[in-house]
Amino acid sequence: MRLADLITMSPNVILMLPRFGISMGFGEATVDEICRKNKVSTEFFLLVCNVYSFDDYVPTIQEIEQTDLSQLLSYLTASHRYYQESRLPHIETHLQHLADQAGRFGSVLLKFYADYKADLHKHFMYEEQVAFPYIKSRCDGAGGSSYKIADYARSHSNVEDKLNDLIQIIFKYLPAMMMIDETIEMVFDILQFSADLNKHSVIEDKILIPYVALVEERQKKVSK
Amino acid sequence: MSRKIKILIVEPSVVISVGLDRILSLSGRYEVLPVLADAENLAASYDRYRPDVMLINPTILPYTKRQSVRSLLPEHAHVLLVAIVYQYVEPSVLKAYNAIMDIREPEERIVQQISESVESFHSMVKNEGESYELTERETAVLVLVAKGMMSKEIAEKLNISVHTVISHRKNITRKTGIKSVAGLAVYAVLHNLMDME
Repeated sequence: MRLADLITMSPNVILMLPRFGISMGFGEATVDEICRKNKVSTEFFLLVCNVYSFDDYVPTIQEIEQTDLSQLLSYLTASHRYYQESRLPHIETHLQHLADQAGRFGSVLLKFYADYKADLHKHFMYEEQVAFPYIKSRCDGAGGSSYKIADYARSHSNVEDKLNDLIQIIFKYLPAMMMIDETIEMVFDILQFSADLNKHSVIEDKILIPYVALVEERQKKVSK
Repeated sequence: MSRKIKILIVEPSVVISVGLDRILSLSGRYEVLPVLADAENLAASYDRYRPDVMLINPTILPYTKRQSVRSLLPEHAHVLLVAIVYQYVEPSVLKAYNAIMDIREPEERIVQQISESVESFHSMVKNEGESYELTERETAVLVLVAKGMMSKEIAEKLNISVHTVISHRKNITRKTGIKSVAGLAVYAVLHNLMDME
């Protein structure tokens, strides 16, 4: 299948390209050709596309087992960068405009957003500095750590609550204002971001965590 | 609620139905009814056992009926439908269910997931057509939550049980759609419930 056809069928895929280092202008090349050229595992690329294209997509055990871990981790890290460097500032610009018009409520909104951003940053940093390095060393064969993937699964708190709250607040409770176009635009941006984050956690919960759990299981058997 | 929740499993794989039966029975919260290995007697079994929950493997149903599983049950059937999922199932098929259970979840999640779904199913049925205005008591709780107090402190301050505070908090979240404490604080400010000091 040509990559162009895949994107036409499932436009969300276009969001994934930069995270895999794939640029536009791919002409008629097939998915497989593009993946090879960019040193991306085609199976993994399609797995991510499936998660983003179908709600309730549940990867099979085989798909999980065959995942290339280093690609998975660098994909997740690239997503973090995209959220932090592109999405969050973008939404913040809108919010800033809105806050300017919202009188004394403006500062409350901005403070809420700043806190949310800080939570999310902390969450990403924890993943990149604690969870991912552990996972990597574990899967490279290092044992003995007291940290377990179950700890990660537990700490994997739901960072989406506050984002949904922000949406509720903006379209339900913020006093009516003149900037209706920008408000709608912003709500759409937040909804899109929230959907993206949701899929991001599906990849962590349904691929990363089961993958590492399988590795831990296997190592336990070997060491017995 | 002292009565155990009655669960009917509809699943062709013995390994899975026996496994689920064991996990659910051990939790002590559920009564697991005799398993159906096919969907032929779905309606009759419903009438016979009156289950509260049916755990159904969607692929067991005849292909043309998969998207309308409720049509296979008696019209009066008041039952929570949960799809058992361990392979790819069309999203349009899953939409016919109230909840989805991925059997690869850990044991405690499976038990918890079902009881959560039952709870929200009940409150959904109960709350149809109800008002979304916060009551006076809920507003009082909301203000204290927004000030950063814990449920226990709120209970002491308002002289009510912690349990009651928690149920007020649940109602506040259901009505406003806001879950986080920070979000509720913004709500309180926007509604002029807080003294701006």
